[in-house]
Amino acid sequence: MVLEKLITAFTLILLAGSQLCAQTTITIATVNNGDMIVMQRLAKQFEQQHPDIHLDWVILEEKILREKTTTDAAAHGGQFDVVTIGPLEAPIWGRRGWLLPLEGKLSPGYDLNDLLKPIRDGASDSGHLYALPFYAESSLTYYRKDLFRRAGLTMPAQPTYEDIARFARTLNDPVHDLSGICLRGKPGWGENMAYISTVANTFGGRWFDEAWRPQFDSPEWHTAVSFYINLLQKYGPPGSSSNGFNESLTLFENGRCAMWIDATVAAGTLSDARQSKVASTVGFAPAPIGVTPHGSQWLWFWALGVPSSSKHSEAALKFIEWATSKEYIQLVAQTNGWAAIPPGTRESTYQLPQYLASAPFAELTYHSIMAADPLHPTEKPVPYTGIQCIVIPSFPTIGNQVGQLIAAALVGSMSVDEALHKAQLATERVERHTGLLH
Amino acid sequence: MSRRETLSRSALKLPAIVSLFIWSVIPLLMTLWFSFRRYNLMEPDRTGFDGFGNYRYLLSDPSLAMAIGNTVLLVASVLVITVGLGTLLAVLYDQVFFGRGIARVLVLAPFFIMPTVSALIWKNMMMHPDYGFIAFLMRSVGLKPIDWFAVAPLTSIIIIVSWQWLPFAVLTLLTSVQSLDSERKEAARMDGAGPVAIFRYILLPHLGRAISATVMIETIFLLGIFAEIYVTTSGGPGFASTNLSFLIYRYALLEYDVGGASVAGLVAIVLANILAFFLMRSFARNLDL
Repeated sequence: MVLEKLITAFTLILLAGSQLCAQTTITIATVNNGDMIVMQRLAKQFEQQHPDIHLDWVILEEKILREKTTTDAAAHGGQFDVVTIGPLEAPIWGRRGWLLPLEGKLSPGYDLNDLLKPIRDGASDSGHLYALPFYAESSLTYYRKDLFRRAGLTMPAQPTYEDIARFARTLNDPVHDLSGICLRGKPGWGENMAYISTVANTFGGRWFDEAWRPQFDSPEWHTAVSFYINLLQKYGPPGSSSNGFNESLTLFENGRCAMWIDATVAAGTLSDARQSKVASTVGFAPAPIGVTPHGSQWLWFWALGVPSSSKHSEAALKFIEWATSKEYIQLVAQTNGWAAIPPGTRESTYQLPQYLASAPFAELTYHSIMAADPLHPTEKPVPYTGIQCIVIPSFPTIGNQVGQLIAAALVGSMSVDEALHKAQLATERVERHTGLLH
Repeated sequence: MSRRETLSRSALKLPAIVSLFIWSVIPLLMTLWFSFRRYNLMEPDRTGFDGFGNYRYLLSDPSLAMAIGNTVLLVASVLVITVGLGTLLAVLYDQVFFGRGIARVLVLAPFFIMPTVSALIWKNMMMHPDYGFIAFLMRSVGLKPIDWFAVAPLTSIIIIVSWQWLPFAVLTLLTSVQSLDSERKEAARMDGAGPVAIFRYILLPHLGRAISATVMIETIFLLGIFAEIYVTTSGGPGFASTNLSFLIYRYALLEYDVGGASVAGLVAIVLANILAFFLMRSFARNLDL
């Protein structure tokens, strides 16, 4: 009897062991944004549906994630089976052969044609799709309806930067810890430069002319940057130069800003009464324009791709299909509510009556994304694609240096003239080093 | 000694020499090799020798001069603050007073906090212009709070790093103060020397060695300060708080430029050696090196 029991127990252990061996473990590298945290929690369901796949998560801050995934992809390290990337990486990495091209590899049920066109274009290079969009965003103007009503102001259907400056002046009330406007000031190509690019675009500027000569010494950039710095210095919150997206979000949801121009993806959080003190009173308007609507709002997405160095690409493909599918969107709606679904990726999302009814910002987000045109981002012609992130390999270098210089002008340790002149020289220097400019 | 014997003795030394070689010379040679090559992770198509291209690129970088200046300034200021205050505190903590044990533990505490954590504490709880403790103090006496990392980025970092390294200075100097023969002080006092004179003519010369050792060790660590800058200012605004190690990080991991980072690394080695040369010369007598 005892022996029999022992044998049974032993067999069970062996079985469990072989089960473990049959399981594939895939490593997913992603950003610590709210939507990705939700994805990690809901992925338990994916693991239940696919008992042979085990998910291993590496969740990092954007900057560090980019460092890790880029070095891994470039060195073909094979550390990650799924990487979270943006419009800068997807086409460049795809062209380099660092990512698996996806068309033809997806299951027939996956509705590719449902993806929003600007987003699908952004994740592709010469006709090949390299990543599936998880959520996408453009930018919006957020404002406090209660404060506007009290001051007798109305937000126009399409605000201009002149309007914004006027509203900020009227509503700024530092004595009561209320800033007229909150904007990004933290240096970095994905931080302050994302926003500042849209300001420069809408004031008629561009990053490079057709011969790749940087344009920071142009009158358009000068007007745009002076306007931005003036606005933020006079009516911005204290410590603006260290505020990025997350810091500004915290300020706005705690009722410390009368207006905020930033990513559409914040709209869901701001409307959620559990997180935001201003949920009932937040208003939405398109991103303001200066002299031209071209490039006044940005286009960004987070997408999931499979590095070509992945040893478990089949399992990885199954996962990215699941996380970017219509079913996943439904799943988030069931567990976290309609306002929390990952926005901006699928046409079908914007045809769901429940979503449109419970997310007052949905239509505006859709129109902003569809209006953003990365192929023609500025009024004057340009040799590049991308609105606030220029799709060239040296863009992080250039964007970071220009961002640092403008942040220095924001805190007043440099004049706008000096900062832009230095930005011009620094960019020319990088371009010469990388062979873009001769 | 026969020829064979010499040979076998050399053979015994061989493992030590080989490991030293692997340990230090090979990485240096690789850095040199990379510094002459076009090697950017994001541009795998552009490879091959670039002559002095990377050197020219780095030398034309306006942030290089600032980074060297900031590195020297950072090391020097922190040394002056920690050794100065450290000497003072060491003498104070040598006296007998109520609660001395607790006070000693408290003064040593900052040293046990990880650099990243202490940078976060200072960034968010102390120096934040909105909800930081210093802003609170300034507001409560009717002053306008300072946006530390924007207005005085390098000074803020010097404050944080000094706070972290002061305990180390106190610890080594206190040990030295305690090793002073009390009879010598007694004798001086009987000869009519006041506390200032005792400090100047007996304590300070006695502390000479400990101060030299503290300066040496701190210099080694302070040359590589990184986490504090990374967490608080990211080297900015502009390049106001970029030091050499942050510059190397920027080249290697933000711009993926292995060639450029290698040149920056070589500049750091040269700078460290220049500093070491002067330190060794001035302290060699003190330390019996």
